[in-house]
Amino acid sequence: MTAPAAKPAAGTGSRSLRQAHPRYAEQLVKALLMIAALVSVATTIGIVIALIPPTVDFFQRVGVWEFLSGTVWTALFAEPEYGVLPLLAATLLITGIAVAVAIPVGLGAAIYLSEYAHPRTRKLLKPTLEVLAGIPTVVYGFFALAFVTPRLQDWWPFGGDGPEIKNALSAGLVMGVMIVPTIASLAEDAMAAVPRSLRDGAYALGSGRRTVAVRVVVPAALSGIVAAFVLGISRAIGETMIVLIAAGARPDLSWNPLHEMQTMTAFIAGAASGDVSTASFEYKTIFAVGAYLFVLTFVMNVISIRLVRKYREVYE
Amino acid sequence: MTPDRDRSPEPAPEAAAIDLPEPPAGAEEQEGRSMSLFSRRPGRPEASLDDPVFHLSDLDVWYGDHQAVRDVTMTIGRRQITAMIGPSGCGKSTVIRCLNRMNDLIPGARVVGKVSYHGENLYDPEVDPIEVRRRIGMVFQKPNPFPKSVYDNVAYGPRVNGMKGKLDDIVEEALTGAALWDEVKDNLKGSALALSGGQQQRLCIARAIAVRPEVVLMDEPCSALDPIATAKIEDLMAGLASEFTIVIVTHNMQQAARISDYTAFFTSDIDPAGVRHGRLVEYDATEKIFENPVDQRTEDYITGRFG
Repeated sequence: MTAPAAKPAAGTGSRSLRQAHPRYAEQLVKALLMIAALVSVATTIGIVIALIPPTVDFFQRVGVWEFLSGTVWTALFAEPEYGVLPLLAATLLITGIAVAVAIPVGLGAAIYLSEYAHPRTRKLLKPTLEVLAGIPTVVYGFFALAFVTPRLQDWWPFGGDGPEIKNALSAGLVMGVMIVPTIASLAEDAMAAVPRSLRDGAYALGSGRRTVAVRVVVPAALSGIVAAFVLGISRAIGETMIVLIAAGARPDLSWNPLHEMQTMTAFIAGAASGDVSTASFEYKTIFAVGAYLFVLTFVMNVISIRLVRKYREVYE
Repeated sequence: MTPDRDRSPEPAPEAAAIDLPEPPAGAEEQEGRSMSLFSRRPGRPEASLDDPVFHLSDLDVWYGDHQAVRDVTMTIGRRQITAMIGPSGCGKSTVIRCLNRMNDLIPGARVVGKVSYHGENLYDPEVDPIEVRRRIGMVFQKPNPFPKSVYDNVAYGPRVNGMKGKLDDIVEEALTGAALWDEVKDNLKGSALALSGGQQQRLCIARAIAVRPEVVLMDEPCSALDPIATAKIEDLMAGLASEFTIVIVTHNMQQAARISDYTAFFTSDIDPAGVRHGRLVEYDATEKIFENPVDQRTEDYITGRFG
């Protein structure tokens, strides 16, 4: 190996430091991975593009204010009225019931799994919980209609007529149960990522488990926990099958959870699968409601990202 | 680094002249031992085990099926700085974590034998580990401030323990005690994570002393710090020892020699089955360990022939 050494210092020997061949495989892999990353972005853009023209058409005939503040929704009737409030009320009410169930239960489950459970218990319980997230929503919907609603009617202790056959309450409760695994699993991931050293520091100061969980782990994992909430709420707002089956198809602005009511998603699914002609004006109402739903979830996500940035405790 | 280091790491020349009874390895009570060799810090009492805080007897620690530490017997004196030194894997961190039951948090960890604290066995079933840790604080290897403000870090312990007194005063006192007050007093609401590593570690010390424990355990508190930050913490410990009993695990022999009153040397041996156990080789006044150790292994370690 004397030859390279004998060359002057400026030389690099027989082997150049320059790249011998272009690395095509590397570039191909990079391109493929980038395409994979772009698919979801492209889909979102595609949805927005698809929503805009029919929505614009719709608002040329129906005023924006009339749409947003109207209290009667009879879009598919002979003499239609386009007030979206009943659909919005049903969506918010059912989502509210679902979130009221899912956030405490989901967060509680996450804290239990991450801070209290024996490792063996966690190993068993977490996958079980995640299996729940894989149950098709149509099964949940049927469960709400065929099991929960009759039980509610039988046991209704508050007098009055009790829940109707289709009602917001049972749809909301079951939807809450449906999103518990999502929230619990993601929140647990966030808490498990909090460094052990922080817990040790808190325990060494004479904290009990509850204090460590509430004062140290949850604040440190807050951004992940809120992300879990947001994903859960987004699933609830967008959920269609449960509300279609268990909450019904009658727009109702009563805010009474015992009533049958139609959510925005249930209207879209019902109208789109009905016999509405694609050329008709009724068809465009679907897009208007869809666009409104899109804007609502988008705004909610933006607000929650802001909130998280403001309140989270960054470790490392 | 600091000019006012009041203890020299080099053995004093008169070392060999001292005539002391040879203590057994893992010495228990050592009565009225008076050491005048090293120039002791002004205001420091004599190194002494007359007033014991901890007494460990036949301590074994198991992690699952593995016996990590066997047969540790030693006494730790009140307001002394006791250093635990030894090569990696010798069990010194395991032993220090027994003193405030931090090992309870490791699944599968099991302690056999006795750790008595003022005569009460810490491992009695009736003893509440939370109460133990409230009185026996701990500072860890890597600074681990909470991702909160400087103020909230120090106030955490007093809040959780429902301490009486004005929180602002408790926080100021603890930060002053940890020699950090002047550096952070104008930015108490700033994030603790914006501090330097050395400041973070002093914050962790402030956080530990804010609940006014009797004992502060330090598990290699300087190993993640640069020499200047290390020197500051060593100075700080000398002051803290007038109020707290300090037990420190360190990899740094010079550090043990500089700051401690008593030194325990641990090592690990391999039994015929090939399993490694940590054990206490020699425990005595620091001067004795560094100048005139009884055990050959101690001498080999401190002179750098091993480890």
